[in-house]
Amino acid sequence: MNNAIIEIKQVWKEYGDQVVLEKLNLSVQAGEFISIVGASGCGKTTLLNMLLGTESPSRGTLLLDGKPMPAEPNATRGIVFQKYSVFPHLNALQNVMLGDEFSASPFLGKVVFAKPRKKLQAKALEMLKAVGLEDAAMRYPSELSGGMQQRLAIAQALVKAPRILLLDEPFGALDPGIRKDMHELISRLWKKLGLTVFMITHDLSEGFSLGSRVWVLDKPRIDPQQPERYGAQVVYDISLTSEQKIPQSIQNLLGKTAQDVYDISLNSEQKLPDSIQNLLDNTAQDKAV
Amino acid sequence: MRLMNSKPNRAMRIALNLLPFVILLIIYTFASDARLLENPSDKLLPAWSSFADAVERMAFTPSKRTGEYLLWVDSAASLQRLLLGVAISALIGLVIGVVNGMLPVMRATLSPLVTAISLIPPMAILPILFIVFGLGELSKVMLIIIGISPILIRDLQLRTQSLPVEQLLKAQTLGANSWQIMVRVALPQILPPLISAVRLTLGSAWLFLIAGEAIAATEGLGYRIFLIRRYLAMDVILPYVLWIAILAFVMDSLLRLLSAKAFPWYHGKREQA
Repeated sequence: MNNAIIEIKQVWKEYGDQVVLEKLNLSVQAGEFISIVGASGCGKTTLLNMLLGTESPSRGTLLLDGKPMPAEPNATRGIVFQKYSVFPHLNALQNVMLGDEFSASPFLGKVVFAKPRKKLQAKALEMLKAVGLEDAAMRYPSELSGGMQQRLAIAQALVKAPRILLLDEPFGALDPGIRKDMHELISRLWKKLGLTVFMITHDLSEGFSLGSRVWVLDKPRIDPQQPERYGAQVVYDISLTSEQKIPQSIQNLLGKTAQDVYDISLNSEQKLPDSIQNLLDNTAQDKAV
Repeated sequence: MRLMNSKPNRAMRIALNLLPFVILLIIYTFASDARLLENPSDKLLPAWSSFADAVERMAFTPSKRTGEYLLWVDSAASLQRLLLGVAISALIGLVIGVVNGMLPVMRATLSPLVTAISLIPPMAILPILFIVFGLGELSKVMLIIIGISPILIRDLQLRTQSLPVEQLLKAQTLGANSWQIMVRVALPQILPPLISAVRLTLGSAWLFLIAGEAIAATEGLGYRIFLIRRYLAMDVILPYVLWIAILAFVMDSLLRLLSAKAFPWYHGKREQA
């Protein structure tokens, strides 16, 4: 798999004696949409931080396009956080333009001449239109609703055409109705632009209904005397593409608690089997209602 | 209804705002009358007419000795020192505050020094300033700078450090370098807190100004007050004090208006979702 966009090879993350993540071996193709689910404190955010570049693996290698992941955030990886993803002192249009202004003007970080500025504005407006914010271009983030702020954050990140887009519980603070709109938006953008997306979520149904692949992070082994001894792994790597059988290895894992064979398709309205739901519930106590 | 739940309406509020001032004026008038009745040459609580005379003399009649209108000369001298001192302090506070807040290397280097300087009472080094910078304008401006810039630096450094880390990460994923993040992300967001911090330190700035002028100056509001203190000229001192308070109030209001006008995004802040 040489054309993988992200390769995670034997990656461990430890803080002193505490093992957070262990033995991660994963490979991601361009265009995949991966939902990462798991209990609080199981290392979802650590995994995301490693993809973002704010943390590096203790052991193993993390490759982006076959090259080691840069050790600090840069324009190859876009991110949308749950909060504070946009700049409060800039209006929506300026927020979206900012990424291009940084590359166009190394010293000021601001494009002051009218002609190139017009060009950037046009591009930013186009992006705002793509996320449905063209009517709010002149408004400051404090004048936007939570959902609109997240739309803006997505538009802002996409302007730089990042290789991968990281979403850190992007819809966690939104109302259910708004959340559904956002799901449609992100699915549409993903398909239209061929993005590679990693999304952390607490909401299992969100994880299983969006995107093409689900990673379930959990600790397969627990030492009761020394809970920090073992780290979390991706215990289930479930492909959600239609008609595809879940690989034998995962069936075996699931078989520990259930005999059924799961074939979960994103496209159908099929409900998750209760046994898998129960299994996953252990890992997501704070599942959103 | 509980007292804590009863809110005065607009007219009532304005009346209540004015009430303490009116009471103070009435008390003063009675006390002044009583003293003057006993001793017409009493200087401690002058009558309103003496104030009017003093204002007329200081503000609208050329001085016999120099031919200048003393109040305006004093005000111009004091305001020049004050504004210069505050402006330079604000600039220092902004630059060092943002740099310290954003760059751990700079913070490690400068933060202990700033803290140490801020712990020295500025009045204690006033003699040093007079020795080093002479008795001219520079030493008085320096006193204001040394007095308030450490406060501004520390406040703005904390404000910069408390910018959400998500914002700084986001800016990095937009391809910005450290300099660009300081200029486009941190600096503009620190300007409104700078104005609040300057408003809060204006009181200290006036304190240092008056103190500096009291000790060595040839004109200025503080100089005049301390000069005429020898003659117990309360009829001049009290209007001067009131004038200083008015100037301070106007500056504070101007800064508040400037902030509201220039940073609508900061003041129109709704609850962040």
